[in-house]
Amino acid sequence: MISLAETGPKPAAAPAALPRHERQMIANGRTADEHKMLAENLHAWFGNTEALKGISFPILRNRVTAIIGPSGCGKSTLIRCYNRMHEVVANARIEGRVLLDGVDIYARGIDPVLVRRRVGMVFQKPNPFPTMSIRDNVLAGLRLNGVRPRYADELVEKALQQAALWEEVKDVLDRSGCSLSGGQQQRLCIARALALEPEVLLMDEPCSALDPIATAKVEELIHELGERYTIVIVTHNMQQAARVSHYTAFLYLGELVEYNLTDTLFTKPNNQRTEEYITGRFG
Amino acid sequence: MRFTVGRESDERDAGRLRLWPAAIGAEVNLGDRLFRILTAAFAALIVLMLAAMAIQMTRASALSLSRFGFGFLVGTDWDPVRESFGALPFIYGTIASSLLALIIAVPISLAIAIYLSELSAAPVRRSLGFVVELLAAIPSVVFGLWGVFVLAPLLRDRIEPALVPFFGGTANGFDLLAAAIILAIMILPTISSVSRDVMAAVPKSQREGALALGATRWETVRVAVLPSARSGIVGAIILGLGRALGETMAVTMVIGNRGEISLSILDPSYSMAAVIANEYTEATGELHLAALSEITLLLFIVTLALNAAARFLVWRVARLPGEKNRL
Repeated sequence: MISLAETGPKPAAAPAALPRHERQMIANGRTADEHKMLAENLHAWFGNTEALKGISFPILRNRVTAIIGPSGCGKSTLIRCYNRMHEVVANARIEGRVLLDGVDIYARGIDPVLVRRRVGMVFQKPNPFPTMSIRDNVLAGLRLNGVRPRYADELVEKALQQAALWEEVKDVLDRSGCSLSGGQQQRLCIARALALEPEVLLMDEPCSALDPIATAKVEELIHELGERYTIVIVTHNMQQAARVSHYTAFLYLGELVEYNLTDTLFTKPNNQRTEEYITGRFG
Repeated sequence: MRFTVGRESDERDAGRLRLWPAAIGAEVNLGDRLFRILTAAFAALIVLMLAAMAIQMTRASALSLSRFGFGFLVGTDWDPVRESFGALPFIYGTIASSLLALIIAVPISLAIAIYLSELSAAPVRRSLGFVVELLAAIPSVVFGLWGVFVLAPLLRDRIEPALVPFFGGTANGFDLLAAAIILAIMILPTISSVSRDVMAAVPKSQREGALALGATRWETVRVAVLPSARSGIVGAIILGLGRALGETMAVTMVIGNRGEISLSILDPSYSMAAVIANEYTEATGELHLAALSEITLLLFIVTLALNAAARFLVWRVARLPGEKNRL
């Protein structure tokens, strides 16, 4: 695999210039090295509509970061900027930088295909490939990237186990991915993303199409995966953000209102608008 | 004015508009019933017409049917003077030219459809899509004339001399290959515009699913778009095949009109539609007319059979893997 780190500039680490939240983290014993990803003054447009108006905050390695905010605040747009999915929409463009291991993924010469290989994504609506079996769905990403896995069966089992789906589907691996229930389909999509061993896993409202039991399963899964993967999850459900994430970013009208430890953000928010939102006074 | 066909209208209802029948099922709105009968009658007309055509064609070809029997299908001799008729060369010409046309047109049409639905920018998509559909509106005699004056000389002088070593036959420009090329151009707009529509109907979430796994544009098409659209694409190909089988004028003008079976695509051939168009007005003998009618019947059957076979194919490919295991 081609390493982006060899081609781009060195990570910028200038503590004096860091915004407040990062200083706080450093005060907590963390360093800038732990940024798996970092948005820097990120603007995103759909045609003439500015959906993101200068977002800057880090995504920490092996942590779950939640992005919350009312509908239309730009949270889905933001998460799609992390793996260059924003630009697949017609007339969409961005300005600013998004660093992955210190390298700007929007720099010239960076192939979005390679970015997406390293930064996996799970969508709001489960989207397994309907013409493929469960097994082929899990292997789809590897096959797309030209990997002919020698131990395909082990790989399928591992990915499905990581996605907590193995026990339910191990006897029906040849069935269509669409023969599963909605919650199972979503976990299949997670397994499909995990099979590629991504460094970052983006989840765009992964539970919004699921019932409460399936939601609980996926949340439990996020909790477990959060120990080994860097996860970014967009959710409109504040309780969910509080349950699964270590850090939370609150977006409002395309701007970052507050980024903080999840505990802090939900108990002692720094910003009045955050407080109003989490207590349900607007949004 | 009353709205219902009341059987026993209550005194209190007199003069009042009753919008619901007194008892469920007792009365049905007369207008609705008439409308339903009328539309059903027109729908039945289609089936009746099909049946009437089959019966009429069978009756018209009775003489030929009784004289030649099954031999008509395998006979290769077509001689109105000696009144000896066999239809195999025409059946062969029709099927060979149509299949060859599909071989040429399908890859090109799919490429056009993929470009229009997946890769082109919106303005290009609209204008080019419009031009492709315009191609379908050109009368077939125009294609035929173009074939006679442009395509045939081009094939004869430039292209076929190079192909003769591989396919045999002679480079004369009026042959199976010319007919297949004309047919391919004629069915191209049908296959490409229908394929484009079914590809465009594949949900965006499927494409994004593939892209997010690190698929390139082509891989996205291959993994997410084509599999979901495949039954529709087969349907588009059937539509094209249907048009190719029945096409008469353009084929007649370039196929060479020689009723002999040759395995070389560079030899003249003859199609069922072409022989009917060429000989029907000049046929005098009763047996000759009956034989032509039987070819008409055959064309009718071949088209129906091929469409049925293709529909079976659609039904088969539309099934998802592992569905047979489903309870």
